[in-house]
Amino acid sequence: MKNKYSVVGTRIAGLDEKDKVLGNVVFAEDFTLPGLIYGKVFRSTRASARIKALDVSKARSLPGVVCVLTAEDVPNNESVKNVVGQTTEVGLLEAEHQVLARERVRYWGEAIALVAAESLDVARDALKLIEVEYEELPAVFDPLEAMKPDAPKIHGNNNVIASWKLRKGDVEQGFAQADVIVENTYRTPRQEHAHIEPESGVAWVDDMGVINVRYAAQVIEHYRDIATVLGVPESLVRVIGTLIGGGFGGKEDVTVEVFLALMAWKTGRPVKLTFTREEMGYARHKRHPYVLKYKTGATKEGKLVALEAQIVSDAGAYVYLSPWVLIYSTVHSTGPYLIPNVKVDANSVLTNNIMTSAFRGFGGMQVVAAYEAQMDELAEKLRLDPVALRARNFLKKGDVTASYQEITSEVWLEKCARAVLDALGPKSKGGKTTKVGRGLACAWQSYGRMTYLHDTSNCWVNLEMDGSAVLRTGIPDLGGGQRESVRAIAAEVLGLNVEEIHVISTDSQVTPLSGTVTATRALYMSGNAAKLASENVKKIITDKAAEVLGVAADSLDLKDHRVVVIDDPRKNIPLVEAIKQCHFEGKIPQSLATFRAPFTEPIHSDVIKDPVFPDFTFGAQAAEVEVDVETGEVKVLKWATAYDIGQAINVNRVEGQMEGGVAQGLGFGLMEDYLEVEGVPWTWNFHDYIIPTSKDVPDIKSIVLESGSGKGPFGAKGIGEPAISAAGPAAANAIKDAIGVRITHLPITAERIFFALRGEKG
Amino acid sequence: MSERDDNGLYDICIKVNDRELRGKVKAETSLLDFLRANNHTEVKRGCDKGDCGACTVIKDGRAILSCITLALQADGSKVYTVKSLGSWEKMHPLQQAFVDYEALQCGFCTPGMLMSAKALLDANPKPTRAEIREAISGNLCRCTGYQKIVDAVEAVARGEYR
Repeated sequence: MKNKYSVVGTRIAGLDEKDKVLGNVVFAEDFTLPGLIYGKVFRSTRASARIKALDVSKARSLPGVVCVLTAEDVPNNESVKNVVGQTTEVGLLEAEHQVLARERVRYWGEAIALVAAESLDVARDALKLIEVEYEELPAVFDPLEAMKPDAPKIHGNNNVIASWKLRKGDVEQGFAQADVIVENTYRTPRQEHAHIEPESGVAWVDDMGVINVRYAAQVIEHYRDIATVLGVPESLVRVIGTLIGGGFGGKEDVTVEVFLALMAWKTGRPVKLTFTREEMGYARHKRHPYVLKYKTGATKEGKLVALEAQIVSDAGAYVYLSPWVLIYSTVHSTGPYLIPNVKVDANSVLTNNIMTSAFRGFGGMQVVAAYEAQMDELAEKLRLDPVALRARNFLKKGDVTASYQEITSEVWLEKCARAVLDALGPKSKGGKTTKVGRGLACAWQSYGRMTYLHDTSNCWVNLEMDGSAVLRTGIPDLGGGQRESVRAIAAEVLGLNVEEIHVISTDSQVTPLSGTVTATRALYMSGNAAKLASENVKKIITDKAAEVLGVAADSLDLKDHRVVVIDDPRKNIPLVEAIKQCHFEGKIPQSLATFRAPFTEPIHSDVIKDPVFPDFTFGAQAAEVEVDVETGEVKVLKWATAYDIGQAINVNRVEGQMEGGVAQGLGFGLMEDYLEVEGVPWTWNFHDYIIPTSKDVPDIKSIVLESGSGKGPFGAKGIGEPAISAAGPAAANAIKDAIGVRITHLPITAERIFFALRGEKG
Repeated sequence: MSERDDNGLYDICIKVNDRELRGKVKAETSLLDFLRANNHTEVKRGCDKGDCGACTVIKDGRAILSCITLALQADGSKVYTVKSLGSWEKMHPLQQAFVDYEALQCGFCTPGMLMSAKALLDANPKPTRAEIREAISGNLCRCTGYQKIVDAVEAVARGEYR
């Protein structure tokens, strides 16, 4: 099919990429300033304890130490805030957040003090001189235990910090109509983001008294959080976001920025803080582990009639984004299927484990492991083809979900499912001790933030006198090519080459705020803002050219640096002429535009009865695996992934998201689990927390489908998060197909397979 | 190797990207720390334990992990970082292929990944896909799923960038 656009939908080799291969990018840790000092964080070595005494005097007196800060030194150390979207059942958050632990630590690795010194070596030595006396407190590490009334309380009076429900139809009547019912309990792992770049940054106070923090930020709007902690006006804090060395939600919550600002503010010196890989392991949030109890019923024709589910997520010791992650799980818990009777109860529970928060997929991910395993189990019981069973139940455009949201874009799930199975080609043969199996998983994932948050995104575009353009956007680039996408969109609208557009991004005081690079919202939100601003600039130009050419403005287009009459291209004027005329008359070809997502009312009930998301992306993945029945070892042989992404902006980048999603999702399904024993972290670095290498991931066939029906620019949908969630479940279904035993506890390691094949629990 | 001086430091001289780099180091200073302290921040620190490969450089013809190599061990040797490969005007074939094939996303593992790929092609100009996967298996990438990296290295091996 011929591409109707000249830039959008092509394979764009971006300018940022060139700097990356040349080693030119100044990542967060690569930056320095004269007089730089080095920060370190002193952390708890207890999962639940009272701090009876904290003595930092020896550390303070070590030569070379510039400051040691404790909770006493933080202007606003504690905060209790109500998270928008917090359930009414649970009420206002009683959980407090503390920048540095004052009287109590609630997890192993919690920050207690900050040290800044003339060298990193001195800072490290100073940590060893800090003395803490702990009094151990009762602790709870299992979220199901933590829900019990007599469980030790992490904060306030209730460990359950969010509850959401789906209620549709009558599940008892539904199950009465069912010919088959499948019931299983699934468990998903505590996954580590494992971005290769550690959290890092440099802060300094400039000659105008502004606190600058240059760091790897998924959310530059954290300048507001910094201002709150320091008790200074927001206008005196500036966040400069770097190109990020991977994030996946790991750089979404506050990381180094508040610590950095505190140290720079207190010392007046520029300061650098980088978390070590081990610190990233034991002190930073993970993906929520889930327990998912699913009961699904279907008729013998393969029609789903009822779903009943209880979902529990382990929120760890602090609330962070757990209520939001849980609402994602609840909305997505049915899978992309139309089920007449649904009853889902989801709870997020505090424990003394490491905190859990945002991670690519954001609660939409864990539920796939349950609903897609259930579909295969039903298909087996009904002796139906897994695709046929799913196809009978897929949501369609116009259907209303169990969370009472109408699907307003195309649902190309059947196309995706058939495409990935076709792409696997002929089935491989097993060996003497190995069996080959294939699995499919379909999934849906929202893109754009929850609509009750009233999300907006700004962009400023202007044409220079020579016809080149500058685009200013606050959006951070996580590595997904967010900067290249807005550049391509502006180039498309303005009829320019991408090289002619300079993108200035990610600076809270220089670039218009565009919001977070989270929730698969960057292209949807900042892309739409870039398109709006570019179109406004285009209109200024075409209005002027229309006067000159004596034609209607809407008969004009910008092409190859000219303003052209669409139906009569010989009639045109050079773009630079139009720009000069505009300037002469004081009509500057520039625009600051705001894109607004649909706004909805805050949710007033724990039962979700109103639309929560702008739209959804749908897709499917299929895997072929070879399982050694003697050792339990799994070799992934083939993989295919297909998504309807509405409209590709940069095909390379779309495939990149899809392939990266496969690898990270394959890790979730087969390899990765961040281990803690009684709250003590065990897997600190990449030699014990194993993520997929180039030898674990097979060749991947990516199939990019374009329905043009998305809410993003040019009909695009989001792909960042959707790309990951079906991967692990596809592998799980393939293993079941190979060995005939369903393993419900992810990751499905060799050990779990070995024991499952012998009828034992791994 | 030089004698330890009164401050416990050693004088070393390493040829980095064909230019002499002299400095004083402690016995325990890693090559990675030495390089980064001397403005070679193109060499990345991902784990500092020899697990992730982001700090890979080529030393005496072999891809090595600079975070678990002592600066002293590199005294008198030739070390090449990603900056030795090419420039904005004239990129190395591997660099051009990485850009064309989008064999990177965030770009943080890329300097190390490129050096592992370079060492492979120097030793084995016509590797199979399995050999490429083996050669870069010590370089973790969390963004790409490795597909386009293998494609890019294979394209160079095929002669697409002569």
